Amino acid sequence: MTADPAPAIEVKGLACGYADTPVLDGVSFSVRPAEIFFIIGGSGCGKTTLLRNMVGLEKPTRGEVFFNGRSFTNADSGARREMLKTFGMLFQSGALWTSLTLSQNIALPLEEYTRLPRDEIQNIAAFKLAQVGLAGFEEHYPSEISGGMQKRAGLARALALDPGIVFFDEPSAGLDPVTARNLDGLIVQIRDTFGTTIVVVSHDVDSIFGIADRIIMLDRDTRGIIAEGKPSKVAVDSPNPKVVEFLTRRGVRAG
Amino acid sequence: MLVSTEPNSARATTRTEGTVLVVMLEGRWNLGGSSPRWGSLVGAQRPGSVRLSAEGVSHWDTSLVVFLGEALRWGGTLGVPCDLSALPDKMRTLSKQFEGAMQTCGHEDHSRSLVVDVGLATRSMMDNARDLLQFVGEFWIDTTRLVRGRAGLRWGDCLNEMQRCGAMALPIVSLISFLVGITLAYSGAIVLKRFGGEIWVADLIGVAMTREMGALMAAVTLSGRTGAAFAAEIGSMKANEEIDALATLGISPVRFLVIPRVLALGLMMPLLAMYANCLGILGGMAVAYATLDIPPAAYWIEMLTIVDFQDLMVGVIKSVAFGLIVGLSGCLRGLQSERNASGVGRAATSAVVTAILLIIVADAVFAVLFNAIGL
Repeated sequence: MTADPAPAIEVKGLACGYADTPVLDGVSFSVRPAEIFFIIGGSGCGKTTLLRNMVGLEKPTRGEVFFNGRSFTNADSGARREMLKTFGMLFQSGALWTSLTLSQNIALPLEEYTRLPRDEIQNIAAFKLAQVGLAGFEEHYPSEISGGMQKRAGLARALALDPGIVFFDEPSAGLDPVTARNLDGLIVQIRDTFGTTIVVVSHDVDSIFGIADRIIMLDRDTRGIIAEGKPSKVAVDSPNPKVVEFLTRRGVRAG
Repeated sequence: MLVSTEPNSARATTRTEGTVLVVMLEGRWNLGGSSPRWGSLVGAQRPGSVRLSAEGVSHWDTSLVVFLGEALRWGGTLGVPCDLSALPDKMRTLSKQFEGAMQTCGHEDHSRSLVVDVGLATRSMMDNARDLLQFVGEFWIDTTRLVRGRAGLRWGDCLNEMQRCGAMALPIVSLISFLVGITLAYSGAIVLKRFGGEIWVADLIGVAMTREMGALMAAVTLSGRTGAAFAAEIGSMKANEEIDALATLGISPVRFLVIPRVLALGLMMPLLAMYANCLGILGGMAVAYATLDIPPAAYWIEMLTIVDFQDLMVGVIKSVAFGLIVGLSGCLRGLQSERNASGVGRAATSAVVTAILLIIVADAVFAVLFNAIGL
C-alpha cells in the first residue's frame, strides 16, 4: 500500500477489563479499508475482550473507537444503531438462533433493517447461503448441520446486510485444517468481492501467514500491543522474543 | 420511466432501440434504501432482447444483485436474452450466482396426507411409550442397586434439592392451600345452609383436604415450581453436553441426577401435603368463624368426629406417589430435551403437562383402589 487512506476503524487509547481486573490499557491502532487485519496473541491476552469492546458488547473504561471517522463509543443510541448496521460479526461458535432455520436466521436482520418484500428476502437468504457454499440448506435447523457448516451459516448471517466491516472471533477454532483453510479462502473472497474490511481474532498461525495483511499482537503482561505490521516482517524483525516464538515455533501453539 | 426521484438514490431507466430494451442503472444501490424492482420496471413489456448497463452506478450491494438476478430469471422464463456484457465482471458473476440460488430455493410442498400424519403420530407415540418404559426401568434398576448398597447416593445433592423443593416451596403452598380451604368452605356453606347444618362445613373441609385437596394442591404447585425446573436444568445440561460427560465417565445420569431429585420430591411431597392440609383446614375455620359464627373449638371437635388417621394416610400415600410422578416426569422430559434453547423450553412445558396429567390419572386410580379395599 502506497499512501495511507483514511482508516476504516481507529482505536485510540482503549482501556478495558472486567470489574477489578484490567485486561488492556492504552491500546491504539487503526485498520485500513479493505484490509484483512488480525488481532493475535496467546490465550487470555484479551483478544476477544478487545473485539467485544470494538463492536460495543462491552463498554471500554477509557479510550474511543472510531468507524470511518465517527466515534462509536460516544455515539447516541440512534447513531449507534445506524453504525451497527454497517458491521457484521461471526461469533466463535456461529451463535445461530437455534429455533430458526438457516434461511430465517439470515432473513432476520434483513426483515429488521430493510423494507424488502418477503420473497426477495428469501432469495437473498438463499443467495448468501450459496455464497458460503450452503446452497440447498435453507430449511435446515442449526442443530442439523455440522460445526463447520454452522460457522459458514453464521458468516452468511453476518454478511446479510452487506456490511462494510466484518469481525471474526476465532474463525478456525474447532475446525479441521481443510475446513479452516476453506473458511480463510472465503474471507479473502469476501474482501475481494465487496471490498469489506475484515478484523479477525485468531491464534491460528497458518491463517495469520495465509491471509493477514497486517497484525497486531497483544500481550497479557504488558496489557498492550507488542508487535504490529505485516506477519512475515514481524516474525523476522520483531525484537521481542515472545512475538518471534509465537509466530515461528509452530509446534507449540496456544489453545 | 423513472422509478425513484431522490437525488443519488438507486434508479433504473429504460429506453427502446428497435426490439432491444436498454436498461440503465444509476445511483447508489443500497439494501437499506429503496431500490427499483425488475417486475415493476418492465411491466408487461415483451422486448426481443434486453441490454443492461450500469455506468451511472456509484455504489452497489446485494440490492443490485437481486435486481439483476430477477432480470435474468425473467429473461429465462420468457425466453428473452439478457445482455450483461456491459456490466462489470463482479456484478455479472454475482447476479448469475443469485439466479442460481433462486432456482435451488424451490418452495417445497410441506403439506402431508392424513395417512402420513396418522403414521407419524403413531410412531411418535410408540417412541414416547418406549422412552417412558426405558426410563422407569433404568430408574428401577438404579434404585434397587442403591437399596442393596451397590451404589452410593449423593446425599449432598439430595439435601440441597429437598431444601429447594420443600422448604422454599412453603410460602406458595401456604397461600394456595389456605385459599382452597376458604373457597371450599364458602361453596360448602351454600349447600349445607339449606339443611341447617352449617357445622358440617368442618367435616366437609376436613375430609376434602386430608383425602384429596392437600395432596393434589401440593402436587400441582410443585409440578409447576419444581418439575419444570428439573426439566429446564437437566435439559440445559444436555444441551451443554454435560450429560454426555457423565456418560463417558461411566456415571449413570439416572443415579447422579434423577434419583436425588426424585427422592427429594418423594420425601418432601407428603410433608408439604400435610402442611397444606393444616392450612386448608385453617382457611375453612376462618370462614366458618367469620361468616357462619362457628367458634374454632366447635369446628375442631366436629372435624375430629369424621377425620381419622386413615384419611390422613390416604392423603400421605397419594402424595408420595404424586411426588415421584412430578420428579420423574421433570427428569424424563429434561433428559429427552432437544439440544437447543427452544428444546429446553419445550421440555419444561412438557414436564408440567405430563406431571399434571399423570397426577390426575393416578388420583382416579387411587380413588377406585381405596374404595375397593375400604379405606
